[in-house]
Amino acid sequence: MARVVVDVMLKPEILDPQGQAVQRALPRLGFDGITDVRQGKRFELELEGPVDEAALARIREAAESFLANTVIEDFVVRVETEEEK
Amino acid sequence: MSLDTVKNALEHPGVEQPFAELGLKPDEYTRIREILGRRPTSSELAMYSVMWSEHCSYKSSKVHLRQFGDKMPENDAMLVGIGENAGVVDVGQGYAVTFKVESHNHPSYVEPYQGAATGIGGIVRDILAMGARPVAVMDPLRFGAAEHPDTRRVLPGVVAGIGGYGNCLGLPNIGGEIVFDPCYQGNPLVNALCVGVMKHEDIHLAQASGAGNLVILYGARTGGDGIGGVSVLASETFTENDGGGSGPAKRPAVQVGDPFQEKLLIECTLELFREHLVAGIQDLGGAGLSCATSELASAGSGGMRVELDTVPLRDHTLSPEEILMSESQERMCAIVEPAHVARFMEICDKWDVIATVVGEVTEGDRLEIFWHGEQIVDVPPRTVAHEGPVYERPYARPQWQDTLQADAAERLPRPGTAEELKATLLKVVASPNLADKSWVTAQYDKYVLGNTVLAQPEDSGMVRIDEESGLGVALATDGNGRFCKLDPYTGAQLALAEAYRNVATTGAKPLAVTDCLNFGSPEDPAVMWQFAETTRGLADACQILGTPVTGGNVSFYNQTGETAIHPTPVVGVLGVIDDVERRTPIGFAEEGQIILLLGDTHEELSGSAWAQVAHDHLGGLPPKVDLERERLLAEILIAGSRDGMIDAAHDLADGGLAQALVEACLTGGNGARVVLAEDLDPTVALFSESAGRAIVAVPRSEELRFSDMCKVRGLPCARIGVVDGDTLDFQGHFTVALDEVRAAHEGTLKGLFG
Repeated sequence: MARVVVDVMLKPEILDPQGQAVQRALPRLGFDGITDVRQGKRFELELEGPVDEAALARIREAAESFLANTVIEDFVVRVETEEEK
Repeated sequence: MSLDTVKNALEHPGVEQPFAELGLKPDEYTRIREILGRRPTSSELAMYSVMWSEHCSYKSSKVHLRQFGDKMPENDAMLVGIGENAGVVDVGQGYAVTFKVESHNHPSYVEPYQGAATGIGGIVRDILAMGARPVAVMDPLRFGAAEHPDTRRVLPGVVAGIGGYGNCLGLPNIGGEIVFDPCYQGNPLVNALCVGVMKHEDIHLAQASGAGNLVILYGARTGGDGIGGVSVLASETFTENDGGGSGPAKRPAVQVGDPFQEKLLIECTLELFREHLVAGIQDLGGAGLSCATSELASAGSGGMRVELDTVPLRDHTLSPEEILMSESQERMCAIVEPAHVARFMEICDKWDVIATVVGEVTEGDRLEIFWHGEQIVDVPPRTVAHEGPVYERPYARPQWQDTLQADAAERLPRPGTAEELKATLLKVVASPNLADKSWVTAQYDKYVLGNTVLAQPEDSGMVRIDEESGLGVALATDGNGRFCKLDPYTGAQLALAEAYRNVATTGAKPLAVTDCLNFGSPEDPAVMWQFAETTRGLADACQILGTPVTGGNVSFYNQTGETAIHPTPVVGVLGVIDDVERRTPIGFAEEGQIILLLGDTHEELSGSAWAQVAHDHLGGLPPKVDLERERLLAEILIAGSRDGMIDAAHDLADGGLAQALVEACLTGGNGARVVLAEDLDPTVALFSESAGRAIVAVPRSEELRFSDMCKVRGLPCARIGVVDGDTLDFQGHFTVALDEVRAAHEGTLKGLFG
């Protein structure tokens, strides 16, 4: 069984209130030296068949139309290798 | 890209500048060169482009909006009028109320959740900037056909965005409208209204005076969001070319809101006001810093110097042009005397709000902006903010208007049998526009802050503003695009009359008006005619009703290709009630109450909900307006509420008597026995949308006193029935169980979106 990961991040110019809240909390909790935090989403999709170009194209389509809001978010699709699991 | 300084602009006059891409017309660019006596720097060009956009400069609407001032009725209540962030009205007992409705249409189509959320954020900051504590919001919304797939994308996002932002902020959402019509497909209207309360002495204005005073930017850091939102997004028609084709791709200028930051900003700002630390203030909305600096300087003595590199940034790669155009949310700009700066900073620090001195008010009359010591802007601020271009756009009554008006709905086939009449009633009250809106309003917090006494589905939203005396304000918004399409002059007056009536129905005295005028492209003479007629109608009616327009907003370019939306003026009316205990609800709460119909019913079915639902028809002439009658009706309703004669009252509008009775019965949980007027066709009696009407329920003991009052004042008042049982019984026609009506009325939106 293959796993495909879709990482969704807010576009760089878009405000990330969650990331900012985390960033403000870090020094209060003693974690210094972190200048910026951006928070995103990670989807792990388990595939039935092989991860070929057709399967990836379908996943990209799903990411584009459903997993990510491409007006404000970017996404990256990648296949996870055995070692990474 | 190297920095384009003023010096550089003088030395290199021949540089080609991308004015067209920024939304400026060639003659506008020429005018900028004339004003400055040289080519603008890229930063100056950025400022002019956003400030001279339709959205900020009102260049197409200004000549028509002047009527609101010219025809302004005498009104002692008005404390601050058009031109400031929002109008302010005296409501007695030392209190003043500020309110305004604005559009956030285009961003909400691109990104429904954030577009609607930041619409709330923007209007709340406008109210805050007047010195008031925001106390409630309302949302008049228009979407495409209810069953269209794109409506399923836009509506839930918009509703969630309004709920998400408003609920987090802790502001009750007390009403608004939800209307569906295919004409809003691709151009949803997301208008937002906010009302705030203050004491008279707390009024603050947007002006920068007193050389040596400091300019403080506080709130969120500036990022690259929403750059050019007003100039390229809100001020032009979307075309198929966007994002492809030969022209430059218009980057969707989306901003993301942070309601918790806004909440801090509200509390922080109110504390700054309490300690009298603020000499002038402006919120940052459309056109961001370009707007705040130029408007503050322009309204004050004129001189201001800003060190742009001191602006706190979220993204350090931003260029000065981008910083000037950014529409990052949750920011405010204050003018502060030097002696108050330390305390100002302390308070901001307490609320965890970043505050930075970015400049100062200067002796001269130039707005000068520097970037790391080099001058990048040197302009007379009035030319940016208040003396932008003014267009006398050509307008002409469209050819099709006569054909449309000739196609009257009064000629359409009507239900012939009792059975058909009943089926029609069920179909009308279940249609998306008239169906119960709880699916939407249940997602908004209506009662947070504990002062809401009336909210949807009541005729107006009402909040208490003084706990001791019970003083309160009521607000209603209305706008019927179908009527306006048929006759924009009358349609606009009908919108005002309905909002006015809705406020009076709850027992409050209407005081003042705000409007959001949503139209197609001003470059189309037919649209411009609709706009001219609408403003003329509204200004004339405000004069007669004695309710001045205190402010509002114009949204043009609501069209796809050649097809414009129906002209849609959304009119908000604010009223005051001495004691909210005296308010009148819509529901028939007790059996035995007598139902009276006030006003005259005419054969007026054109543009009605019945014509739309039964025949998918739009044509003919809208109902007639009689503003003197509206005023009389309002006086009777207010007197009835004050003297405790009325148990319930409900205005008649969309869906006519049928809809009003159904809502009053369902809300109160009681049925009614009703006799329809014998001289009227039952379809007319039930579904005509004649203006100037309301139903009231009075206790038997008050019936005579109330009907005598109407008789003396010359208001037609007919006893049409009694509150009774669990059916709606139209005697001699048909009877329908309340449960059946409820299922039809309450199932629609749940079925579509739930």
